[in-house]
Amino acid sequence: MKKIILLLALLPLFVMANEEVALDKAPIDASNHESLQRGARTFVNYCLNCHSANYMRYNRLMEIGLTEKQIKDNLLFAGEKVGDTMKVAINKNDAKKWFGAAPPDLSVEVRARGADWVYSYMRGFYRDDTRPTGWNNTVYDKVAMPHVLYELQGEQTLNHETHALELSKPGKLSVEEYDTLVGDLTNFMAYMAEPAKQQRNHLGWFVLLFLGVLLVLTYKLKKAYWKDIH
Amino acid sequence: MSDNPVGSPMNQDLANRDSQVDLEKRNFLLATSAVGALGAAAVAVPFVKSMTPSERAKAAGAPVEVDISKIEPGTMLTAEWRGQPVWIINRTDEMTAELAKHNDQLSDPACEVTSQQPNYCKNANRSIKPNVAVIVGICTHLGCSPTAKLQANGDMGESWTGGFFCPCHGSKFDLAGRVFKGSPAPINLVVPPHKYLADNTLLIGVDTEEKA
Amino acid sequence: MIEQKKSALAAGVDKTVAWVDERFPLTSNIKAHLTEYYAPKNFNFWYFFGSLALLVLVMQILTGIFLTMHYKPDADLAFGSVEYIMRDVPWGWLIRYMHSTGASMFFVVVYLHMFRGIIYGSYRNPRELIWLFGVGIFLCLMGEAFFGYLLPWGQMSYWGAQVIVNLFSAIPFIGPDVSEWLRGDYLVSDATLNRFFAFHVIALPLVLLGLVMAHLIALHEVGSNNPDGIEIKKLKDPQTGIPLDGIAFHPYYTVKDLVGVTVFLMVFSAVLFFAPEMGGYFLEANNFIPADPLKTPAHIAPVWYFTPYYSILRAVPPIFNSQFPGVAAMGLSVAIFALLPWLDKGAVKSIRYRGSLYKKWLAAFVVSFLILGYLGTVPSNVWGQFGPWLGGADRATVVARIFTAVYFLFFLLMPWYTKKDQTKPVPERVTG
Repeated sequence: MKKIILLLALLPLFVMANEEVALDKAPIDASNHESLQRGARTFVNYCLNCHSANYMRYNRLMEIGLTEKQIKDNLLFAGEKVGDTMKVAINKNDAKKWFGAAPPDLSVEVRARGADWVYSYMRGFYRDDTRPTGWNNTVYDKVAMPHVLYELQGEQTLNHETHALELSKPGKLSVEEYDTLVGDLTNFMAYMAEPAKQQRNHLGWFVLLFLGVLLVLTYKLKKAYWKDIH
Repeated sequence: MSDNPVGSPMNQDLANRDSQVDLEKRNFLLATSAVGALGAAAVAVPFVKSMTPSERAKAAGAPVEVDISKIEPGTMLTAEWRGQPVWIINRTDEMTAELAKHNDQLSDPACEVTSQQPNYCKNANRSIKPNVAVIVGICTHLGCSPTAKLQANGDMGESWTGGFFCPCHGSKFDLAGRVFKGSPAPINLVVPPHKYLADNTLLIGVDTEEKA
Repeated sequence: MIEQKKSALAAGVDKTVAWVDERFPLTSNIKAHLTEYYAPKNFNFWYFFGSLALLVLVMQILTGIFLTMHYKPDADLAFGSVEYIMRDVPWGWLIRYMHSTGASMFFVVVYLHMFRGIIYGSYRNPRELIWLFGVGIFLCLMGEAFFGYLLPWGQMSYWGAQVIVNLFSAIPFIGPDVSEWLRGDYLVSDATLNRFFAFHVIALPLVLLGLVMAHLIALHEVGSNNPDGIEIKKLKDPQTGIPLDGIAFHPYYTVKDLVGVTVFLMVFSAVLFFAPEMGGYFLEANNFIPADPLKTPAHIAPVWYFTPYYSILRAVPPIFNSQFPGVAAMGLSVAIFALLPWLDKGAVKSIRYRGSLYKKWLAAFVVSFLILGYLGTVPSNVWGQFGPWLGGADRATVVARIFTAVYFLFFLLMPWYTKKDQTKPVPERVTG
């Protein structure tokens, strides 16, 4: 009986082992404000042209160390207010006509796909002339989105024998610089997907500590009453 | 305590123990109750706070910038701040001169009720710039929005020197939002916190003392 | 002086209580259900889960009320309003996570509570009605979970509701009409969301509260069972009329349950604050994508607490091209719990005095419940296929079929193996 239970507990491990696409580990660190700020900048400059983040308010970025003035001067371009959410001017129907699919809202993308997926995806674009945009992706086959950061990364091609990506035309950034940029972007998107996460983890320790104290007291109380019984 | 009948030595013993105050029980009962009550109070805080204005409400109620360059003397503009009408009246010199003349007819001519205006507007004209009045257009009686009767006389009768008239219960206010005696409204209209970003740009909702 | 004040206060309290007692049976109810309700003194670990279920019920109702203040049951707004709660409402994330974690923890404690009832024979005479009310509560809870799961209006919400509502269309003749009637549309839509909201926040909670009351009233009428399966009311103190093995629920079990509550809250908080998604089992990743009626996610599975029954649904093959047998088997796998009081012919109630035959069947049932539960979370091709000798059938499907059979045989053969079982003698008085 015990052996069977042990086997059952281990079962998911075997299943997890054969996931389809191997994803690279995203460098997530919610306490690294500089990385989050760089990521926010990349997000606003590149992603926010087509993708909205309708549930994320600009003034929330004060949590990651930006001042209201910095937000106004560096991140707001079209007369938005700091209390606004990250809306996008692009019309959903136009976007669908141009790309074949409306760009999804990215507020909770990391919670839907996982940080590793986003990190690998943004580094997985390669040239593919059979696609309407001229781009394909190792993580998301036949993706409708073109490679927005290609000026920075350069062009990759897929080696069909080794299934490895090769940099065929370097971009403005070196490979390491580009990986850092995407890492920061992913870090920011992970933060944006659940801004309250830091607060949640922090509060959790206090709650557990409090309950620990309460447990000692309730246990002693129970012992005090139950000494009459047995 | 198995099969002892009542009155046996063991039950006597139990009874004695019960009659004495059991300090162990009492102390832990008090400690658990105190810590438990603290926990319950702490849990109540997030629930109570969840009913206060959300970030969305705060963003919608954020300070409003208004360009006042287009308001002709003797006319007004209604802006919206926190869902309320805010009147911005560009008073003529005759209008401001009139303000000092009818103090005897007002309930609170010197604006002694301090909650009704920021300190920097507790002056003869109730304003920062003498001619520009900024007033929340909500009657202090029951919350209707009074109608502007800016010009003297007219349908308000001979003695009317310009002001506001509330259609709900007939409260009358002058062009500084001060209430006339005999109106149901108890106190003057509210002057919201505001400041000038530039000569003709007004920011409603933020004090000069507060940082932006 | 202080003594006098104290007694004046006490006299005031006494007077107030007397005033109320003349108009409402306050003191007599407190006596009947707390201070003079005598519970067996040998409750063990398994007896925490009843009070814990009550605690979770209260938490779900409280957090639910506060969520309702901000949530919008509208297909265009629902998804956004949940994110609004998670971000813009002060402490909204905490209240929402309490509710979502509470939903799963409700099933954890209820499953353990039911398992307690099974191993100690708490459904047996004279407690059949307690058990039936309990099965009713369980059904209600499944309804609450199902209706509530649609509300975030994510992809899993949407397609889960679509699949489950379509199950009803497998009912012969009236099925398709029933499905359409439930949805109020030709597919799951705004109309469905709006009515599921009504069921979730008012209709089922009312039924649930009524059933919980009935469950407790019936329990306090006949008295609690215990790990020995002995009726403590048979042996009473001749003078006081108090069962010799009984102790007052209050204070003894109230202080004991407080310990259980604290431990439970620690587990609950650990999940809530450090793993509210619980690896995708409590909150699924695909549910962070707004519902899209044109695109089904690659892999959809119900939330973990439904997966054993979902496995049974998938395991039963269509007969005469009809899905109905699978749907019927799934319904039966839940409903059959109600028959337990009449299937069990054992000479004893508690597993402590049962023979090895019963224990083997119970173990087989637990194993099949867990394996079916696991298989329901994964696609049926998870273990690959058998060779041609079995027609290339999915391995997982064959395994699910075997364990579905075991699941039902546990119930259907119960009259036989409980009668044949070599039971041990039951002592007069409760043990330890």
